[in-house]
Amino acid sequence: MSRTLETASDPSGLKRVVIEPVTRVEGHGKVTLLLDDQNRVQQARLHIVEFRGFEKFIQGRPYWEAPVMVQRLCGICPVSHHLAAAKAVDVLVGARHLTPTAEKLRRLLHVGQMLQSHALHFFHLSSPDLLFGFGSDVAQRNIIGVIGAHPDLAVQGVKLRKYGQEVIRCIAGKRVHGVAAIPGGMNKALTVEERDTLLREIPQIIAWSRASVALSRNVFESSEENRRDFGVFPSNFMSLVGPGGELDFYDGALRALDAQGEPIFDQVDYSLYNRFIHEEVKAWSYMKFPFILSEGSETGWYRVGPLARVNNSDRITTPLAEAERTRFKEAVGGGMQHATLAYHWARMIEMLHAAEEIQRLLEDPEILGTDLVTKGERALEGIGVIEAPRGTLFHHYKVNEHDVIEKANLIVSTTHNNTAMNRAVRDVAAHYLDGQELTEGLLNHIEVAIRAYDPCLSCATHALGRMPLQVELLDAEGTRVDRLVKDADGALRR
Amino acid sequence: MDHTKTFFLDGREIPFRDGQTVFDATMAAGVYIPHLCHNPAYEPHSSCRLCTVIVNGRPFAACTQPAVAGQMIQNDTPELKEMRRTLTQMLFVEGNHYCPTCEKSGSCKLQATAYDLGLQDNHFPQFFQRREVDASHPDFVFDRDRCILCGHCLRVSRDVDKKNVFAMDHRGIKTEIVVDSPTGLLRDSRLSVEDEAAHVCPVGALMLKRTGFQVPIGSRTYDKTPIRVDSVQNFKAREERRHG
Repeated sequence: MSRTLETASDPSGLKRVVIEPVTRVEGHGKVTLLLDDQNRVQQARLHIVEFRGFEKFIQGRPYWEAPVMVQRLCGICPVSHHLAAAKAVDVLVGARHLTPTAEKLRRLLHVGQMLQSHALHFFHLSSPDLLFGFGSDVAQRNIIGVIGAHPDLAVQGVKLRKYGQEVIRCIAGKRVHGVAAIPGGMNKALTVEERDTLLREIPQIIAWSRASVALSRNVFESSEENRRDFGVFPSNFMSLVGPGGELDFYDGALRALDAQGEPIFDQVDYSLYNRFIHEEVKAWSYMKFPFILSEGSETGWYRVGPLARVNNSDRITTPLAEAERTRFKEAVGGGMQHATLAYHWARMIEMLHAAEEIQRLLEDPEILGTDLVTKGERALEGIGVIEAPRGTLFHHYKVNEHDVIEKANLIVSTTHNNTAMNRAVRDVAAHYLDGQELTEGLLNHIEVAIRAYDPCLSCATHALGRMPLQVELLDAEGTRVDRLVKDADGALRR
Repeated sequence: MDHTKTFFLDGREIPFRDGQTVFDATMAAGVYIPHLCHNPAYEPHSSCRLCTVIVNGRPFAACTQPAVAGQMIQNDTPELKEMRRTLTQMLFVEGNHYCPTCEKSGSCKLQATAYDLGLQDNHFPQFFQRREVDASHPDFVFDRDRCILCGHCLRVSRDVDKKNVFAMDHRGIKTEIVVDSPTGLLRDSRLSVEDEAAHVCPVGALMLKRTGFQVPIGSRTYDKTPIRVDSVQNFKAREERRHG
């Protein structure tokens, strides 16, 4: 049933409504709706219309360039790509275990980015919907409107993000697209001055993060717009967890739970991901559709990101965030939270954890160490997996004996959520738009559902040469005159 | 050192010794002349033309132009800066220079020179030339995408290392550095990490393997000192060592 409304049985004669571009997300996407004469929704799709191709053009480059090159995928979460690639490259140089300082610096870098990315998403991109209402005045429903109506809150959002960016700058040399991780470690130690500067501000950052959790919980539980029931559908969830089932952004093993919280797989070595996850391609999107192999493509789709991580983890290692996780789980009787808008609540719990973790790492004397690089026996294949702000991120490289990358496979966080986002679009379209006279406010409901996933569409489209395409020729009435389809294997058919 | 002869550079009197070039005398006086194919540690080449100055109304490459008493020379003029910028833009479009992901970034003379000249864009359409990467050598990557044909590797291998590992082949826009080996690959050449030629590439074309990005941002050559200051400082230090 998950694919109801994915494809209209007969698109001829249907009215086409397009939301393009989807705003307040990273990257470029569009939503198409096909409606009949009574405005009943017959088809709803989220299309990813841009194409990047990093998997292709990293081929032929030396492996030590990978962490620097792939971070250019994104201006929001470059650190995630940098570190996922670095973890894969660590394997290539035989650095199975980094020095304690190097690992802590990487973890600090990563939680710095988690903080800034989550703050950006919640305050800059999503808070206008949540504070003013999904169908509120479009002129106010943006960050400028938030600054006008809630100036203190807007400043908090900006300063939270700025702090996260400062953590990144201290470690990587630049706020965006710095260089920190090298094969087998890190290229710079943290100075005492840098640590002390960051430590001075962290109590305020933690306090603001706690307030942000409360705000996100309140807007989720608000009776307005039935937010707890907005875009609710059961799904599987996948994330990394630590060896004790704890939330871990940087490392761990794969865990997938079904809609009831029962394990599909657990503590799976992520280098074996190919045995558990496959990807499906569809003619109408450049983004692939991953699924859990044992469940099949029809029901094996899953969600990743903050909701999946908080749902999946048995505990959080920092006290304030753990208390909030407990409250989050109690809201659904200890089970799995399936509401789309609960993503925001989970995201803010993670932001609080990131802030607490920054403090913990900065207060660890080893963070100032200078033993930064290690290496071991060379390998020709490396896989690195990390929990990026938007979900589980896979980087997989194969190199030849001359140190040159021959093959790369990137499964980017947003890609995992492709089916779920389309499901959310269809769900919201069916519940809120079906049979209605469409207005901007109603259409924004669809964007609200997409935004909850914090998609980074520019990160998510890479494989070249295997893209199925479908071209349709419609007459003035919208009736299909001709159709040409290119399958994933390149074969053309009508 | 007794400097009794002088010429005039942008109205400033510059002393020189007999046998000095305009470039050497100018740099010794603390004035920067942009240059790419010339490394003052070696014989000048005068191929990039970036150091072109106007000597008594006519353009000459400063790196090979002998200093003569009383010359009236222009170096820092809008016209010369524009010409140098154009030459640099042509280098950028002729090769495939992607600074954001290049391990030489921050220590690259081409990049630093472009910053110095205020390069904002490439101006010309990109050639997107297909050039081969030779990663066959266990210690080096030779990325022809980044080669600016300065000839440093060629001249140093020939004149200092006495190995003649490199040569220029083809002509005009097709000119490229080739390797003296039975297969044309670096792995079958006599290049070794002890060679001086292995360490003179001013851009990211001939690089030691597995050393990329080890110098953090903020500590790279031109992070600390702009190229016009760094070049003059290095030149003076070398002169100091040579002449006391």
